[in-house]
This record gives sequence, structure tokens and C-alpha cells, in this order.
Amino acid sequence: MANLSAKSVLSKPASGRFIVLSLLLGLAANLLPWSGLTKLLWPDFIALMLIYWITYQPRQVGLGTAWFLGLLMDIADGVLFGQHALAYTLMVYLAQILHRRIQTLSPWQQSLYVFGLLLISLVIMLVIRLAFGAPFPGPLYFASSVIGAVMWPSFSLLLRLPQHRKPNLDDTYSKISK
Amino acid sequence: MIDTSPPPFFKRGLSPPARLAIFSSLAFLLMVMDGHYQYLNTLRSAFSVIINPLQHGMNAPVQLASKVSGFFVAQGRLKGENADLKEKQLLLGGQLLQFQALQAENTHLRSLLDAKKRYSQKNVFAEILYSGRDPFSRKIIIDKGSLQDVKPGQVVADQIGVVGQVTRVYPVVSEVTLITDKDQAVPVQNVRNGLRAVVFGNGQDGTLDVPFMPVNADLQNGDQLVTSGIDGIYPPGLPVAVVSKIERNAAFPFAKISCQPSAGIDRQRQVLILNTELATPYPPRPIEPEPAKHGKPKR
Repeated sequence: MANLSAKSVLSKPASGRFIVLSLLLGLAANLLPWSGLTKLLWPDFIALMLIYWITYQPRQVGLGTAWFLGLLMDIADGVLFGQHALAYTLMVYLAQILHRRIQTLSPWQQSLYVFGLLLISLVIMLVIRLAFGAPFPGPLYFASSVIGAVMWPSFSLLLRLPQHRKPNLDDTYSKISK
Repeated sequence: MIDTSPPPFFKRGLSPPARLAIFSSLAFLLMVMDGHYQYLNTLRSAFSVIINPLQHGMNAPVQLASKVSGFFVAQGRLKGENADLKEKQLLLGGQLLQFQALQAENTHLRSLLDAKKRYSQKNVFAEILYSGRDPFSRKIIIDKGSLQDVKPGQVVADQIGVVGQVTRVYPVVSEVTLITDKDQAVPVQNVRNGLRAVVFGNGQDGTLDVPFMPVNADLQNGDQLVTSGIDGIYPPGLPVAVVSKIERNAAFPFAKISCQPSAGIDRQRQVLILNTELATPYPPRPIEPEPAKHGKPKR
């Protein structure tokens, strides 16, 4: 599995359209009307998407994207304006600092970093809401970061599929290598 | 990090720390404006027009799934339910006849006493779309909005009692804060002895608190609390909660009283929006000599 990251060097760069589509899908996944326990355990797909694109396409996605998506989440959830925006901005900034390191790791090692980043975004939101007088929602609040981290290897594999180069038989390089 | 100081021939705009400072201070500004001054409600409803279609789109498959699973219920269960409902309807119909007679008698008596009619009531039926995704608060989203004349502040109830209050209204949906949300206040009266109090949502679990009641207050386990109606928002007589636990400790000035909500707060699919308007508005408040302090009403 460790050589997957080496393979990704040779894969095509993701198209801007695919990035936008994936972020929209992430938003849609976040908007599913769950209730009760599922709602608490459902991972933050926008955060996962942002971490993925910051790691592999750091020029395409940045703090501005994170901030804007955060605002959309604030409106969708009807929560304090700027809560998700601030959490995503700080999380994406950390991911930008770490992205070269994360790229070289195997998927399961990556998911440890992802866990940390998701946890940081949750903690930032918790601190903001406690400062504005909300009650603590219980330790299960942090569970979604664990689930997001566990999902990471398959999640990143899925997002990498469209970038795989098809072996082109007419290519001189492939003829030589045969 | 992407290079903090790019060479001048590869200009990439501001450095990441500068961007972080700009975006986080913007977010912080928005939070303070929203949290302390509530300036951003127009911006919120404007953005909700973009996000609402997506939300409805994501809502559709879940509702379809629940409809499909509802289609395959057993015939026997439906038959039993139908019989139960018919019996209930008969019972309620009888009570309604009595109620109409009583209401007529009441208006007659009130007119004799020259008391003004206090409330005019028109109810709107609404369906719960989903419960709010914010884990810090207890809210539900219903499928009626400003286009159906829903206004913020209206009371939402089910067939048993008060569920909550409309807090934000969008064009086609609105957000209801449940009475179990933290610091959501409902003025109530004890049915047994008429004692007035205010119940607040606990926020942590699905219970309600009655703070600021003296240790010797005449409240017992099992007491029914109904809305008192003196606030002009909640119509009087709607069941709110049943007292479930009382801790009287002489070391503290107030008793610790918690109650269970009467209505099926977390179990309903449909609710009623009570369109309660005072037939005669309250007279304006007298001007107070000094500015009143903000805070919870103490009783």
C-alpha cells in the first residue's frame, strides 16, 4: 500500500471540475438529514475533502475555499455564523503546513494525521460554542473524527481513481518497457 | 508549507500566514456580529436560498426510504390502529361538542363581565423535515416558512403539549427551538395550586429545569405544569411538563427541580404551529426610571 503515494506522482493532475464536483458531493453528504446517534457519528465529509485536496492539489484548493465552504455549512446547519469557517480555515492551514509529510506516508499512517486534523476542527468549534454559552454535548461529539480517520484510506483511494493514467499502448515508452 | 516567501517571478499572492490572519479574523468578525448583535439574519436567509434546494434534494431519498418502509406495514397493525383511531375520534368528538358549548358560554360570560376576548387562534399544520444538525442545540426544521405566514416567535405544539417556538423563518422552511434547548424559557403555572414559574430547557438531556424556586415552594412530583399565558406569546393552558425530581437542600437558596416534557418532543413527525395573536395588544410598557438589567427573570 505504501507505494500508492509513489504511484500518485505519475498520475494525472485532478481537473478543476472534478475538485468542485467532489466538494459539492461532500457538502451533499454533510446535508443528509440524519438524526440521533447517526448524526453524531456521521463524519464531516467537507473536512475530509478539504484535507485530501490540500494534500494532493495544494495549488488548487486553499484557505479561501475552506472559509467559503465553512460559511455554507454554517448556514446549512443554522449555527453561529463563522463557526465552521474558522474551524476549517485553521484546519486547512495546518494541513498546508503538513501536506508534504502526509503525501509520503502510507494510507493508514495518513489517517492518524487526518484524525488529528478533524479533532482540531471539532475542538475549535466546541471552544467557540462553549464561549457563546452552549452546553457541552458529551464525549460522543468527538466520535465523528475517529470514524472519519478510519474511512480515510478507502476515501482517498476512491478520490484517486479518476486520476489513474490509462496504459497507452501506442506510447513509445510502454513499447520500450515491454 | 507552500513556500512562505516565493521568489518575485513566481508571484502567488499573499503568504499563507497572512491569508490565515485575514480569513480567521473575518470569521471571527462574523461570529461576533451574529452571536452578539444578530445582524446577519438577512444574509443568512439570502444564502439559504442557495443551500435549501441541495438540502431538499438530500432530504428526498431519506423520506422516500421511510415512505417505502411505511408501505410494507402489516395489515393487522393498520386495522388495529384504525380501530383505535376511530374510538379516539368518537371520544374527542364528544369532548369537542362539550368544548364548543363551554366556549360559547365562556365568551358570553366574558362579555357580561366586559372582559375583552384575549386570543384569536388559527393553527397551521406542519411536518418535521429533520432535526437540526447542530449537536450543541435542540432544534427541528419544519416544512412551513414565511410563504405560509409563519412568523418568528410562534408557538409549536403537538396533540399533547408544547414542543417549542419558531426562532428562524426562511421562505419555505423554518427552524423551531425545542423547549428542551438550553435556556429556552416557557412561563408556566402549576395545575394543582396555580403557582407560577418559568421552566428552562436543560440542554444536556431532554429534561426541563425550574430554577429560582424557593426551597419550600409548593411543588410535588407528578405536578402538571401548563402554560400560564401571561407572557402574551404562549396561549394559556397548554401542557408543558410534569415535575419528575425535586431536590430540596437547605444549603442552597433555591430548590433543584427537574421535569419531563409532556409533549413527544423527539417522537413526532407532525406538529401544529399555533398562530396566537392577542386580540387587543398589551398597553405600552411604562418608562422605567433606570435601565433594567439584562439577565434571566428571577422569581
